[in-house]
Amino acid sequence: MTDAIKHVELSATELSKQFNRRKIFRDLTFTVENGEVFGITGKNGSGKSTLLRILAGVLTPNSGSVAFHVDGAVIDHEKIIDIMGYAAPYLMLYEEFTALENIRFFSEVRGLPFDADKARGLLERVGLSPERRDVVHNYSSGMKQRLKLIFAILHHPPFLFLDEPTTNLDKDGIEVVYSLIEEQRKHGCVLVATNDASDIARCDRLLDVTTGAVSEGGR
Amino acid sequence: MKTMRAVWAIFLKDVRSEVRTRYAVNALLMFVITTLAVIMFSLAGEVISSSAQAGILWVVMFFAAMSGLSRSFVSEEERGTTFTLQLCAGPLGVYFGKLLFNVVLVILLNIVIVVLYLLTMDQFVINQPGLFWLVIFLGSLGLAASTTIIAAIIAKASSKGTLFPVLSFPILLPLLMAGIDATKLAVEDNVWDAAWPNLQILGAYIVVVVTASYMLFDYVWKD
Repeated sequence: MTDAIKHVELSATELSKQFNRRKIFRDLTFTVENGEVFGITGKNGSGKSTLLRILAGVLTPNSGSVAFHVDGAVIDHEKIIDIMGYAAPYLMLYEEFTALENIRFFSEVRGLPFDADKARGLLERVGLSPERRDVVHNYSSGMKQRLKLIFAILHHPPFLFLDEPTTNLDKDGIEVVYSLIEEQRKHGCVLVATNDASDIARCDRLLDVTTGAVSEGGR
Repeated sequence: MKTMRAVWAIFLKDVRSEVRTRYAVNALLMFVITTLAVIMFSLAGEVISSSAQAGILWVVMFFAAMSGLSRSFVSEEERGTTFTLQLCAGPLGVYFGKLLFNVVLVILLNIVIVVLYLLTMDQFVINQPGLFWLVIFLGSLGLAASTTIIAAIIAKASSKGTLFPVLSFPILLPLLMAGIDATKLAVEDNVWDAAWPNLQILGAYIVVVVTASYMLFDYVWKD
């Protein structure tokens, strides 16, 4: 997916969202370009996950717009799933299937041929190789989180959205996340919704969802 | 081509999932066996008209569909995998994948119902097998087409169990009426000409429901 891509850009303009009468956030405007790790912060309930869902095209904002550009071309709404990867603790996998079966399904549903060697390589990378034939139902929450990272990067998306990516992970798992972020920086951009100080330290810029202000990150 | 791959992947995923969890099949089979047993005992020795026989058969098929076909979308919602699917598959792939699964499930289910009905109802004789099985096939397609889009609509509701048959009944009424009439004609040894208007209604119903679902699904699928 990303081999031939030279420049990617995500721009959000005056995004506002409210559920019933409760305002979540208003007038968020920012742009993220390739090579960037963009942090989204804010107190609990401020709408970090809601913002990521809107950017992913799964939720509709009350006002404002989101545009994805790849090499100068605007990407159609229905093609966003091809250029975007998403991992979050609330993302659920098919627990009656094994890790390999989940990867096979997610490859095929994206129209990609299932490559067993590549799948094994990805499982090796996130430390799930020994358990690749176990059903996901028997996985711990940390193991599931590792498998969700594979779901996010399986199709080499230029835009990677990570919501609380280090949740449930041990030290090794957190290192895997950080290495993925650094790798993604080379061929696209990363948006990380987090309040974790270590995660924030890896961000180039930070958006405070509550105030809408964009500031320099910890990197 | 990509959408076709997604359709097939979702269909295969649902088949594998059903084989492992028996989410819908067990509920469906229990419903069919219990209902047919009740009908058999209550009608013991009674002579009933071909209209009533056809009506009873369709009542069983309708409620069997109501007890199992909503699972295709409800199970995704209950397991929380709807969001995952939204992130990796387009609406068309999801709709037609689920529709294909429901079509296969309802055809197999209706074959089981008809076979058990034939075994338990001595007086039920099919005089026009070709017409009869065509009606069952078209009826199954219509049932699957309607229940797939209705299942997608009610999946996010809190009272799914009640909403599903309540919403389905008025939408399925034209299909049920044409199906019952055509089944009666197949049982009564009528020629195909008499059943032709009903077959046209069944065919048109499938086309209308699938087309409307195709146009609506994007709005139903996304929040």
